[in-house]
Amino acid sequence: MERRAYLARKLLLALITILVVVTINFVLFRVLPGDPVRSVIGRNVRISIETQMALREQFGLDKPVFPDQFLYTLGQWLRGNLGISWSLRRPVTEVLVAKLGNTLILIGLGQVLSIIFGVALGLVAGWKRKTAIDVAALTFSLIAWATPTFWLGIILLVAGSSWLGLPTGGILSPANVGKPLYTVLPDLARHLVLPTLTLTILYLGEYMLIMRSSILEVLSEDYILTAKAKGLSHWQVLRRHALKNAMLPIVTLIALNLGFTVSGAIYIETVFSYDGLGKLFQTALVKHDFPLLQGAFLLLAVSVIIANLLADILYAYLDPRVKAS
Amino acid sequence: MGMAGAFLVLTALAIAILAPMLSPYSPSEVIRDEEGRGMTFASPTIHPPLGTDDAGRDVATQLVYGARISMTVGFTAGLIAMFVGSLFGISAGYFGGRIDNLLMRTTDVLLVIPDLPLMIILVATLRNLELHISPLVVLILVIGLLYWTSTARLIRSQVLTIKERQFVARARAIGAGHFHIIRKHILPQIMPLIVANTVLILSTAILVESGLAFLGLGDPTQPSWGTMLNFAFNRNAISNGAWWFYLPPGLAIVWVTLGCVLLGNVLEEMLNPRLTMHHLEDESRMVAVREGQPRG
Repeated sequence: MERRAYLARKLLLALITILVVVTINFVLFRVLPGDPVRSVIGRNVRISIETQMALREQFGLDKPVFPDQFLYTLGQWLRGNLGISWSLRRPVTEVLVAKLGNTLILIGLGQVLSIIFGVALGLVAGWKRKTAIDVAALTFSLIAWATPTFWLGIILLVAGSSWLGLPTGGILSPANVGKPLYTVLPDLARHLVLPTLTLTILYLGEYMLIMRSSILEVLSEDYILTAKAKGLSHWQVLRRHALKNAMLPIVTLIALNLGFTVSGAIYIETVFSYDGLGKLFQTALVKHDFPLLQGAFLLLAVSVIIANLLADILYAYLDPRVKAS
Repeated sequence: MGMAGAFLVLTALAIAILAPMLSPYSPSEVIRDEEGRGMTFASPTIHPPLGTDDAGRDVATQLVYGARISMTVGFTAGLIAMFVGSLFGISAGYFGGRIDNLLMRTTDVLLVIPDLPLMIILVATLRNLELHISPLVVLILVIGLLYWTSTARLIRSQVLTIKERQFVARARAIGAGHFHIIRKHILPQIMPLIVANTVLILSTAILVESGLAFLGLGDPTQPSWGTMLNFAFNRNAISNGAWWFYLPPGLAIVWVTLGCVLLGNVLEEMLNPRLTMHHLEDESRMVAVREGQPRG
């Protein structure tokens, strides 16, 4: 396939998906009982009827829902105006941005660790197929898949805090809040251990399975037989001929997995009271804070869509089968 | 493996069906000591077999009744996903053209949207609309209508190959209608695949239900295993050291999902035999290498 056509198709798909997400968000926003003005200015703010009418006009609520109101809302979202959180009484965008960093650290660490261990384990499992190490790796990934994320988190929380004395929640000990960052780094790291471990165990299994089936496929190709016929050792065949090709599906998987990772972050941050987007999402759910819930959904969904697009672009340059024009 | 999977699933099903016979209590009944006080967080040694929860209710009873809720929601949602997926997959594969295009683009889009946040806002909004539907029905519909895409793609690709086979061409040549061909020639061919896939979808549906219920989207009056874990987590079972409250529901979820995955994988492997050997499986080098000989 020609690279430019491939990229154009992927870009179009990303745009359509974003449009679908925005439409879902808008429809859900509008079917909720109550006045949409409230979600913009906050629920408990007292205002006169005149101001309300003026606001209705300003937000275009006297106009038809489609296309006027839809386009107006879309414009507001594009400008980063996602309304006011009902429970926190602050702009949704501001709240989201404040929590983004913590979640990125957690997700990033979890992903990097699970990719490293998952790829290594999958490589060995596929190469030594049907040996004890392969069976053990498969069993592990099956059980990891069947275990609910939040429950694994609870188990690790109990085990880690009682046996290793690790903190049970939050991102910093109360005594360290407000101190300069470099002095509290060890404390920050201690708080990250259990959530990161949970995330890693969870995604390790999947990377392992994909790497295993990918390496199995590559190892049954004819060029591997050729390489072996030249007298190369197993290790040389793996390193020079198999690894690069087998790694290709991992690139796509990383992006697709981001959706799962977001789900994982919601559960894990809830269990460990980790102060990030996932915990925020759960709090908004419990408090029926719809502007916050929808703003968070929009941010999460659009980030995952863009990450997928980036992975597709990367793939186009890594896989020589997608030709440059 | 398959036997083990079947065993896990069947025992859980039996427990769910026989729930009232297995426990002398009702799930909401408070267990009291001799002086009539509710026994909260009683350990299994005080109140066998699994102790009591924060309100003094029997955990074992809630567990067996929870099996009913978890498995009803999981299985119904899974069956909806299977039905929608098969319908969409068969028509896309068989008729091709516009339906096929619509299916592929829909799945492309759904694949990328993070599913848990989407389900959460859907369930939260639907429950806030005061539609007077049971929260469990909301869960079933949302899970069922979001997890059909992988089934649809799988079935579509199978139907595409079967459609080209000679017996379909012959049936068409003697004037068989579309409905007849699908029912008599295509459906029997893909039925085993549908069954294997359904078993796998069931495990996903049960896992997802437990997660949403843990986040508080279950029905508190009809607690599933996920709802039990939500109660345990939010009502200080962990700080009270009440492991008998938070361990069993999780183990039960692992029990059923593992059972479904084992069963589904074995069924799939039987239908879809993959490679049996690769080139590096034997230990020896193919060519003897002497010292100093150039390599690579």
